[in-house]
This record gives sequence, structure tokens and C-alpha cells, in this order.
Amino acid sequence: MNHPLDTALWGVLPYLVLTLFLAGSAWRYRYDRFGFTTRSSQLHESRLLSVGGPLFHYGLLFVIAGHLTGLLIPESWTEALRVSEHTYHLTSLLVGGAAGLATAAGLALLLHRRLSTPSVRRATLRTDLLLHPLLSAVLLAGLTATATGAAAHPYDYRRGVSVWFRSLFALDPDVPAMTHAPFVYRLHALLAMALFTLWPFSRLVHAFAAPLGYAVRPYIIYRSRART
Amino acid sequence: MRVMAQVAMVMNLDKCIGCHTCSVTCKQTWTNRSGTEYVWFNNVETRPGRGYPRGYEDQEKWRGGWELRHGRLVPRTGGRARRLARLFANPELPALDDYYQPWTYDYDELLSAPLGDDVPTARPRSLTDGRPTAVTWGPNWDDDLGGGPEHLAGDPVLRAMNDTVRLEYERAFMFHLPRICEHCLNPSCVAVCPSGALYKRIEDGIVLVDQDRCRGWRMCVSGCPYKKVYFNHRTGKAEKCTFCYPRVEAGEPTVCSETCVGRLRYLGVMLYDADRVGEAAAVPGEKDLYPAQLGCFLDPDDPEIARAAEESGIPHDWITAARRSPVRALISTYRLALPLHPEYRTLPMVWYVPPLSPVVDALSGSGHDGEDPANLFAAIDALRIPVEYLAGLFTAGDPAPVEAALCRLAAMRSHMRRVNLGEPQDPRIAASVGLDERSMHAMYRLLALAKYEERYVVPTTYAAGSPEPQPVSGCSLDAEGGPGMLPDEEAFHAPPSALREPAAGRANLLTWNGRDTAGLFPPRRRGTSR
Ligand code: HEM
Ligand code: SF4
Ligand code: SF4
Repeated sequence: MNHPLDTALWGVLPYLVLTLFLAGSAWRYRYDRFGFTTRSSQLHESRLLSVGGPLFHYGLLFVIAGHLTGLLIPESWTEALRVSEHTYHLTSLLVGGAAGLATAAGLALLLHRRLSTPSVRRATLRTDLLLHPLLSAVLLAGLTATATGAAAHPYDYRRGVSVWFRSLFALDPDVPAMTHAPFVYRLHALLAMALFTLWPFSRLVHAFAAPLGYAVRPYIIYRSRART
Repeated sequence: MRVMAQVAMVMNLDKCIGCHTCSVTCKQTWTNRSGTEYVWFNNVETRPGRGYPRGYEDQEKWRGGWELRHGRLVPRTGGRARRLARLFANPELPALDDYYQPWTYDYDELLSAPLGDDVPTARPRSLTDGRPTAVTWGPNWDDDLGGGPEHLAGDPVLRAMNDTVRLEYERAFMFHLPRICEHCLNPSCVAVCPSGALYKRIEDGIVLVDQDRCRGWRMCVSGCPYKKVYFNHRTGKAEKCTFCYPRVEAGEPTVCSETCVGRLRYLGVMLYDADRVGEAAAVPGEKDLYPAQLGCFLDPDDPEIARAAEESGIPHDWITAARRSPVRALISTYRLALPLHPEYRTLPMVWYVPPLSPVVDALSGSGHDGEDPANLFAAIDALRIPVEYLAGLFTAGDPAPVEAALCRLAAMRSHMRRVNLGEPQDPRIAASVGLDERSMHAMYRLLALAKYEERYVVPTTYAAGSPEPQPVSGCSLDAEGGPGMLPDEEAFHAPPSALREPAAGRANLLTWNGRDTAGLFPPRRRGTSR
């Protein structure tokens, strides 16, 4: 039998977070579309941003891709492709570590910029006060978890955390898979849930606005007064 | 042929006295809010000079507008892939310093300072970070050539000319150049917007930013070669000159036109062939861009064209307005007005009658009769420098169209002087610039008398593609949305839905006051009002 707290944290909380994430985003999109913006501060400061912004975001893209493969693709599949756990682990340690470090460096630069440039500091939103520390914490916990992977007998998260993650979508949360995970992994997951809760209500909604349609649309857009 | 209509503007630079009334009234109307302190949808800059933002014409640096790459038209800042790759930091974005750091004064000090021997002072304070600041640059810092020759040296148009010219030029002349968004036929701001928030209106060609679609990628700011899209640093959205669309829709002139002290702005309809736009913007030679754009414009007096226009859904009163358009007269009929920087390939739609006065002044200054046609024609020919400079502004460096326009102005001046002094008229003056006496008088009337109704010929708006009214039985006023339909009292006074401000009264998480939920949720329905 699971401890009630474990059930609450790993069996119930994820669904609450997901609901809030989806409903919150839908509400924000429907009712505060004007608030969907990057709130760029480049007008105030460009030099640090031009390094920190891309470093953080490009690193993050790799990190996200890594999470998707690690969490969604079961170990048995990669094994079927004759990728041994050892090879996979080593790759994820190196690539994931590098991407994570780049992201952290980028974020550190962005934080430094935000604190040291008076006009950027002044342009900081209330939600940023929550968002930036939380994002840093998620990132640090994640990096620590990756770093523990360099130990002699590392924890194989794909047999634990990933199983739990996928079980959530089967609506049958595998709580023990998570309770047996090392502390940093549980901390990382909890902080991530906090981040997803904050997501719809912070500037992070700008990630939903990623303008992929631009790649295929014609250059000049005409619109009629009648339809606006 | 696809006929489209555009409300365009022409400014007669001879008459601009650089009073900045247009800038101030525009600012009071549109950008007197926090986040847009540094934003001037309309600005008046002294030429030669650096302009606003400083050196905006240097496209090697800012990469605005379009360029031809292997014969294809591509935004100068790069194609779609490069734009997407640079989303996280836009390398060509001007900094606030390139405009100026907005500031205010501690006016409160004047009242609250304790009684003493010293006169209390109101110190400048930055509007971006709230700290005391030193004011080192502002709007029109180099007005009327103030600030010395180093500002002149920063003029990209002047820099393209050689050094001797530059020195001589300083003595030669100075004029004012009022600028708004050009509402281009081939707007590069629209092309570089990743979210598709910027668009050109079909009905009147006005280029607008959809505030609900803008996501703050700030690409349009660098994509516009005239730097007429601005980033509101508080809302995180792009904003630009709206051509006062609510006024224009109602058939009224823009605020800058209405309040212009020199009465030098003209507004009117231009018909053009949208199918020719792409071709015209992509002609290889930069000097061919001005004639190519002229070739896009259509003659509304041609019955063939009028029919095609009506088939394209342009209402009859717009076609008649196009016939009476002062803008068309100045651009196409008299060939007096020229586009600003056609070499940016955006096909701008705010054109300028180049200033003749500096030539006349230079001539009079040297002891000659500045109104004598022979003197004037010779001076236009001899004063290479101003002509070359004007050509750098208006015709991608081709002096011929500038000279032709100046000669026409000179001929008009001389002709009208004879008329006013009761001297015998000389038809050769008009003929020498390819005009006759009648058009001389018409030109004079339009440029010098500039009656309000002749300066602004703006038809009220319509809605393209709106369905044909259905034949109804009974009272036609009872049609859906018609004045006979009264669902409730309010609807009678409600503006048409297109004009209704969608975000009015709504709070936004970024602007939320943090106390109550007013404006965060839809209003609770009262009864069955809908
Ligand atoms: C592909 C999607 C994304 C795009 C195109 C994008 C783009 C941007 C842009 C343009 C800015 C503004 C930079 C400036 O000040 O000019 C920004 C800021 C920011 N983004 Fe993203 N972003 C994306 C995804 C994400 C994601 C997934 C996260 C986090 C989970 C994130 C976190 C942030 C943060 C924290 C900032 C503020 C940085 C600061 O303090 O200045 N972004 N992003
Ligand atoms: S001048 Fe106006 S329409 Fe033309 S590119 Fe700039 S902002 Fe767009
Ligand atoms: S109001 Fe008219 S005269 Fe005065 S600066 Fe503006 S354009 Fe020139």
C-alpha cells in the first residue's frame, strides 16, 4: 500500500497540474490573447541578450527533445534497435549534460542581465519574480540528476521515472515507480509540476506562440476590414 | 489585372516650416502612453541630418526593406529560415539609445522644495528605469542643423555623396522632412512578421498591427527600412502609424494632415494593379523602381479600368474619388511628387514634392533674381549638390526626375508671378516643362491655394467582399443588423462590429492591478440580452 502522501504527490497532483495547465492556457488564450507575448526586453539591452537568449533557448530545445525521448520511449524499444542501455546512458549523459549546461549558462546570463540592467530590472513582471527562481531550481535539480548519472551504479530513470510518467497517461499511475526514485529526481519532478502550474499565468505562454506557420505562409498578408 | 485602392499621401516639402505640430498632435492622439514614450508615429527631421532613429537609412546596418537575391525578392534581413533562427534575439533591432532614452522631470521638486536661497530645479529622470539621468539625446536633437557638423556626417544619404559635396552642401541648404509610415504596396514589415500579425487592408491599403496576434517577436521593427514600426516596451507588442484609420474610415483626414500648419499634406485615393506590384518591386535597376511604381498606378478616367475596379469590388464613390484625387494629380499627372527611398523596394505610398525654395534662396542669396525662369532653370542645372541629395532621397540617385519636378515648380512660380504682376504671359515657360497654361493654373491652385476640400479627397469606408444585400420582402431596414432591427436599445448606438474594440475594459495578466478580477472574465450575462 502506498503512503497517502505519495499517492497524493504522484497519483493525484499530476492530474491537478495538467488540468490547471490546460484550462489555464485555454482561458488565457481565449480571454487574454493580448497578453500572449514574449515581453521582449531587447530594446533596453541587446548585448547580453544576444548571447544569453539563444544559448538558453537552443539549449532548452535540446533538453526538451531529450526529455521527450527519455520519458516517452520505453527502454525495450531502444533495446530492440540494439542500442544498449550503456550506450544510451552515455549519450544522454553527454548530450543532455551539455545541453543542460548551456541552458543553465544562458539562464544565468539572462538572470544577471535582468538584475544588473536597471531598465530591464524595472521591466520585470511580477510573475517573473516567481518564474525565474523556479526555472532555475528546475534546471539545477535536473542537472544534478544528470550528474548523478556519472556515478558507478547510476539510477536508470527509464525503468522508474519514465514508467511512472507514461502510466499517468494510461490513467493508472504507477506510484511506486516514483517513490523508489532518488530524491533529486522526485524534487525535479515536483518543481517541474510547479513550473507547469505557473506556465499559463506567466510569460511562458510565449512558447505556445512559436510561429511555425511562418515557414510556409506567403510574405504579404491582406486582410479585409469586414473580417477583422 | 487586379485593381486595388489605397488612400495615399503627398507632402509638399516647400511648405514645411518644421514646426512639429503634426508630430505633437499625432503623439497626443496615439502614443502618449507609457511604453510608447519614445515613439513618434509622425516625426519631422531636418535634412541633411541623421533622422530618427539615428541613421535609420543605413540599410547595411539595419537591413530593412527588400533586396534582390538571384533575381528573387527577399527581405534584406534574410528569408524565413533566418528569421525563425533569430527569434531569441534579433541582431538588427535598434536599441532605445538609437531613438533616445525617454525622460521626464521631477516637477514635484518645484513645489515641494523647502524655502531657500536657491531656485529649486526639476532634474531629469529616466522613464525606463526611474533613475536620475543626464539627457544626451532626444527627439530632434539636431533640429535645424543644431549640434554641429558631426551630425551631418552621420547622414547616410550625405555619406553616399563625396566629401567636397558635403562641405559645399552645408552652405547650400536645409529643409524639413516629415515622415510617417509609408503604408507600402510591398510592405517588408508584413513580410518579416512571424506571427502574421501585420497586414495590409484590402479596402484602403492601410498597414496595421493586429494587437491580439502580435507575439512580440520584434522582427517588424528591423524589417521596416523607414523604422516606422515601434516596440511598446510595456505591453511587449509592436505598434505603428495607423494612418488614423478611424478618421479615414469616416472620410476625414489624418490628424497630422488636419493639423498641419503649412497645409502641405494631400490625401487621396490611388488605384493600382496588385498583379504588377511584385514585378515592379523586383526590377533589377534601383533607378527603375520609381518608374516601375508609377507603372503600377491605374487611370480611373479610363472606362476600362473603372469597370475592372467595380468588378474588383471597389465602390463607385471610391472610383470618383480616385478621379478627383489630389495625390494622383501630384504623382501621375504633374509628376511633381516622388517616393521616399524607392530603393528599399517596398513601394512606399507617402510621396513628396521636392523643395524648390532652397534653390531659390541660394540664387537670391547670390544676388540673382530667384524667380526668373531662365535663372532658375540654370540654377537647378548648376546646383548639382542639392539635386543630387534630393535624388539620393527620392529617386535612388537618379537626378533626372528630381530636376524635372523642380523645373515644373520653377515654371509655375515664374508663370504665376507674371500673372500676378500683370506682365505679358509667356506660353513658352509652360511649354518648356511639357505643360500648358491650364495645368499651370490647376497646379498652382492645388499647391499654393490648397483648399481644404481639394487637399483631402477621402471617401468613407466600405467592406470588401461583404455579401450582396439580399432582396428582402417587407421593410429593407429590418434586415439583420439594419437600423430597423432593434434587438436592444444599446445596439442602436453601437459602432459596427469591426470598429468595436475587442480588448476594451479587459485586463491583461501583464497589466492586471492584482486586486480584483474586473476585466479578467467575461461579464456575467444579464437576462437574455442575446
Ligand atoms: C520555441 C519556442 C520559444 C520561442 C520562440 C521563445 C522566444 C523567446 C523570446 C523572443 C524571448 C524574449 C527575449 C527578449 O527579451 O527579447 C523569450 C524570453 C524568455 N523565454 Fe522563451 N521562447 C520559446 C520557448 C521557451 C520555453 C519552452 C521556455 C521555458 C520553459 C522559455 C523561457 C523563457 C524565459 C524565462 C524568457 C525570459 C528571459 C529573460 O529573463 O529575459 N522560452 N523567449
Ligand atoms: S513604411 Fe510602413 S508599411 Fe512600409 S515597411 Fe515600414 S511600417 Fe511597413
Ligand atoms: S505641421 Fe506641417 S508644417 Fe509643421 S512640421 Fe508638420 S508637416 Fe511641417
